Amino acid sequence: MAAHTQPGRPNQLFRNLNSKIASIPMMLTAVVIFLGGTIWTVVYSFTNSKLLPRLSFVGLDQYERLWDTPRWIVSIQNLATYGCFSLIFSLTIGFLLAALMDQKIRFENTFRTIFLYPFALSFIVTGLVWQWILNPEFGVQSVIRSLGWTSFTFDPLYNSDIVIYGILIAALWQGTGLVMCLMLAGLRGIDEDIWKAARVDGIPMWKTYLFIIIPMMRPVFVTTLVIIASGIVRIYDLVVAQTSGGPGIASDVPAKYVYDYMFFAQNLGQGFAASTMMLLAVAIIIVPWAYLEFGGRKRG
Amino acid sequence: MLNNVSARTQSSVSIRELSLSFGSVKVLENLNLDIHDGEFLVLLGSSGCGKSTLLNCIAGLLEPTEGQIFIKDRNVTWEEPKDRGIGMVFQSYALYPQMTVEKNLSFGLRVAKVPKDEIDRRVARASGILQIEPLLKRKPSELSGGQRQRVAIGRALVRDVDVFLFDEPLSNLDAKLRSELRVEIKRLHQALKNTMIYVTHDQIEALTLADRIAIMKSGVIQQLDDPVTIYNRPKNRFVAGFIGSPSMNFLTGELAEEGGHTVFKTNGVSFSLDGYDAYGPLKGGRKVILGVRPEHIKVDGDIAGGEVHEAIVDIEEPMGADNLLWLKHAGHVMSVRIGGARRYAVGAKVRLAFDMSMASLFDAGTEERI
Amino acid sequence: MDKSLTMPTISGQAGSRLEAGPQGKRPRKTLSSRNIIVYGALGLAALYYLVPLYVMVVTSLKGMPEIRLGNIFSPPMEITFEPWVKAWAQACTGLNCDGLSRGFWNSVRITVPSVIVSIAIASVNGYALANWRFKGSEIFFTILIVGAFIPYQVMIYPIVIALREMGLYGTLYGLILVHSIFGMPIQTLLFRNYFVSLPEELFKAARIDGAGFWQIYFRIMLPMSLPIFVVSMILQTTGIWNDFLFGVVFTRPDTYPMTVQLNNIVNSVQGVKEYNVNMAATLLTGAVPLIVYFVSGRLFVRGIAAGAVKG
Repeated sequence: MAAHTQPGRPNQLFRNLNSKIASIPMMLTAVVIFLGGTIWTVVYSFTNSKLLPRLSFVGLDQYERLWDTPRWIVSIQNLATYGCFSLIFSLTIGFLLAALMDQKIRFENTFRTIFLYPFALSFIVTGLVWQWILNPEFGVQSVIRSLGWTSFTFDPLYNSDIVIYGILIAALWQGTGLVMCLMLAGLRGIDEDIWKAARVDGIPMWKTYLFIIIPMMRPVFVTTLVIIASGIVRIYDLVVAQTSGGPGIASDVPAKYVYDYMFFAQNLGQGFAASTMMLLAVAIIIVPWAYLEFGGRKRG
Repeated sequence: MLNNVSARTQSSVSIRELSLSFGSVKVLENLNLDIHDGEFLVLLGSSGCGKSTLLNCIAGLLEPTEGQIFIKDRNVTWEEPKDRGIGMVFQSYALYPQMTVEKNLSFGLRVAKVPKDEIDRRVARASGILQIEPLLKRKPSELSGGQRQRVAIGRALVRDVDVFLFDEPLSNLDAKLRSELRVEIKRLHQALKNTMIYVTHDQIEALTLADRIAIMKSGVIQQLDDPVTIYNRPKNRFVAGFIGSPSMNFLTGELAEEGGHTVFKTNGVSFSLDGYDAYGPLKGGRKVILGVRPEHIKVDGDIAGGEVHEAIVDIEEPMGADNLLWLKHAGHVMSVRIGGARRYAVGAKVRLAFDMSMASLFDAGTEERI
Repeated sequence: MDKSLTMPTISGQAGSRLEAGPQGKRPRKTLSSRNIIVYGALGLAALYYLVPLYVMVVTSLKGMPEIRLGNIFSPPMEITFEPWVKAWAQACTGLNCDGLSRGFWNSVRITVPSVIVSIAIASVNGYALANWRFKGSEIFFTILIVGAFIPYQVMIYPIVIALREMGLYGTLYGLILVHSIFGMPIQTLLFRNYFVSLPEELFKAARIDGAGFWQIYFRIMLPMSLPIFVVSMILQTTGIWNDFLFGVVFTRPDTYPMTVQLNNIVNSVQGVKEYNVNMAATLLTGAVPLIVYFVSGRLFVRGIAAGAVKG
């Protein structure tokens, strides 16, 4: 029984060779572009590169300069304001719409089509439409004034103090449909019997939502949160289209700051430092989530 | 092949010291198995016991961590599935949905670039054997479950293989179709005389189809024997409890010496062990478990001899042909199978006798048969 | 209660209760206060979502004098298609005054090959990850997915340098490559999840039948995967068409995609603002993804749900 010949295990490198060859684009993208590109940018953020990237290290100079720049501070403040309100409103509106859609209504498809179509449009289109609607001379403000309320003022795009809310309105218009869809999918994933049990127990509907359904939808909320949050950090096109960062620098955001410093101000070091800060912000959102989502789970 | 022992033992499939683990989980552990030429071997066990994993290893769909697999005396441990001379039938049929039955049957041959007329010949033969000629132009979605499984068997048939592998092929079918196809698979085996390895969790399938059954638990073969031996002389308590429905009665107690004989004693009641076929001499004082199948406990008129006890009817479960009595005796409740026509009232007194020649004694510690 | 009398009588307690029929008030069907609230709220929300589209359409059909009169919500008194013609063929960006048509065709030339290349790569990747895992394949995939969350700004400059080295910077090929790279995480995920959801036994059966990597991909998997290819195409077409950042970074003015050109037309500081032309141009740019959206309907929803991780 022990006398069998034992042909060796074939070379592991050549097992599944076709699969490995087919995965080369993916491996290159993952390692060279995503990993390598990120490391490259982080490394060069410690240099004093101006017009061209140069490897002359200056320590944390670029970061000190960055946090001394009023424009960057404005960008960060804008991002924080926009981010907070965007999270709160898109989750609330998205969930409310989804809950309404889940009442076994008629025309569900029609409503969903209406809520979701802005998501198919680009941020450029979104920004330009809302720029027009919020135009104080012809838009909402003038229409309401012409109705007799002559002192009515609503010109977010021309008022530095509230310009970011003007962008928020447009962003919510574009993005809440997606949140609604994700929430609706989450609601539909909940066992019908939960509802039956709650009804039998005589729990009012709003209480069922608040104390039973929402806690059950925790994973959906977390995923949605991550999606919204990583979208917030990226916000760029919408600002460019709607306000070009104006008035002045009042609606500037980090992504635009990075772009301008890299491609217009020809101050690459600043751009790299700012983009590294963006990366840091995303990491703060993603790492805990990825840890919670994938950390505990083992593949079988 | 000179140093190959199995070449002389007429083995069709040999598994040598096979182990497989996923990470730290050991699914198969140091497993040895020889399957004879033309044998119908059933791998039986509950889900997660490693039976399907073993089959997938034989098929070449999973790589073992250690050990070797021989098919027709050829070491195929690292060979591609297609080069092993095997055909496989899956639980979900696994028919290619976009191909007609004919294309499904011939796919493997077309991939291997077999000449067209040879393909036609083999498809015709297989569909003749399985009586699926009228279905050849249909898509799998237009077939019933039974027809699909027949096509899946045909796919293995056209490849002209030495070994058929079945992975729970009947589990997706309803009870009636299952018993029909079971007979058909048996007939197919009798006609083809190929080696067949059949994985199932259904003991009826195992008992009816198998030449030998290998009962598996946690990646280890518990017992490998013909169905009658497995049923009547289970090697350990697990096998005894796994096979048989309703399950065997287990009475924990100990061996004692009484009047020069060794008896089984539980809760102060002694049972004579006359007629028990022990592996060795039975000594008093040993903690044991006595296993008796419901049909090996005789009641009232059925008693042909042996020691008679008295019990009380606890519950009666009439099942048509049979009637299952739950009897209370010596601090145990045991099930007894009697004829369907005989009825008892709850609380009635009955006489019972154990057929010790069909009983099993297990060591309470190792749970091995003694 | 008439009906219950004709019911067959069932003896016993349960039967007599059955005969009595339902005793409570019949639930109201249509105009309950609950329904008014539900439909009212949904209707209001729908209005908010629809108003911008309506404003775009009516503005684009008005003449400038009418716009100057005031109300952006009022329907056009005199419908004119001139703004559309102007937006398409005459609108100016810088020195070029040949309208959005140039951007449209640039976008077509960018989107079509990008969609094809990225889907081809991603579907094979997903298939390899689902069915032919090898040591390390999951690690690459994890990097890829994490990479989807990295802000583009972080990776954009190294890519600019790499493309410049290859001589592809500013060309359509370069942009196609960039779209294929950044579309890869989400598309790969989409295909991987789809292929994983296909019964594994099918793949095993094909291997027993002797089919290899490419044979199984082309002869078994592809024919079964039409829906996911459509979903993926919808996602990529709208995504690439709507892109602005890559367009502005990786192309030159004469190869600008439609979104970049649109932004330049509308936000150019020179000349008199022609709001009707602007809105016509905006509608024209949004038309392609909107058509894709309305035609594909449910598949679009499925796509964004599947690719929700994209963000």
